[in-house]
Amino acid sequence: MKALYFAWVRERIGKAEEEIVPPENIKTVAELMAWLSGQGENYAAAFAHIRTMRAALDRTHVKHDALIQNAREIAFFPPMTGG
Amino acid sequence: MRVQKESFDTSAEAARLTQGSTNIGALVTFTGLCRDDGGALAALEIEHYPGMAEAEIHRAALEAASRWPLEAVLAVHRYGLIRPGEPIVLVVTASLHRFDAFAAASFLMDYLKTEAPFWKKRHLAGKGADDWVEAKTQDQAAAQKWRA
Repeated sequence: MKALYFAWVRERIGKAEEEIVPPENIKTVAELMAWLSGQGENYAAAFAHIRTMRAALDRTHVKHDALIQNAREIAFFPPMTGG
Repeated sequence: MRVQKESFDTSAEAARLTQGSTNIGALVTFTGLCRDDGGALAALEIEHYPGMAEAEIHRAALEAASRWPLEAVLAVHRYGLIRPGEPIVLVVTASLHRFDAFAAASFLMDYLKTEAPFWKKRHLAGKGADDWVEAKTQDQAAAQKWRA
């Protein structure tokens, strides 16, 4: 699946998007974040404040306990500051 | 509803939206501007999630139109580099009476601030590293009150 990163999540990881292939036992957004945070120091830094981090599956806001299922795109970002 | 890099003119947008309408009694425009925080800020850089930003703004407008009887509604949000004094966001609501237009405009702004995927980075005028604006709990609380 395609993973997108925005704002300081993007900066800390060092890329805006990538293809990821999580293990099959990863079912929820929270599990995926935990897995990603173990993929290197940059990921650990990006996912250091998981509780406040927001996620979207196929461009729809979701909570951390949401099931990933067949989503094609997942995005991680800090709380929004537009307007 | 638009997401764009270019600036916009509030009066022209409002005029275009209400052109030909003779039953609008109340027109509310809200324009959010980039401020320089007393000279500290050189520019704002606004990042967005293309596709989702448009979708969320559209969703916000639909929800506003379902909650209040609106004759017209428009929301425009910019991205990219924005200098102090320039507009960032525009919300226009038109209805028969002021209550609905005010409420819908306020709702739209609260929604955009907390649900639309935009992030502001501050480029400082003096020394000091650029930093990301942090989300404010008061904005969250303002958005929450519409769900009560």
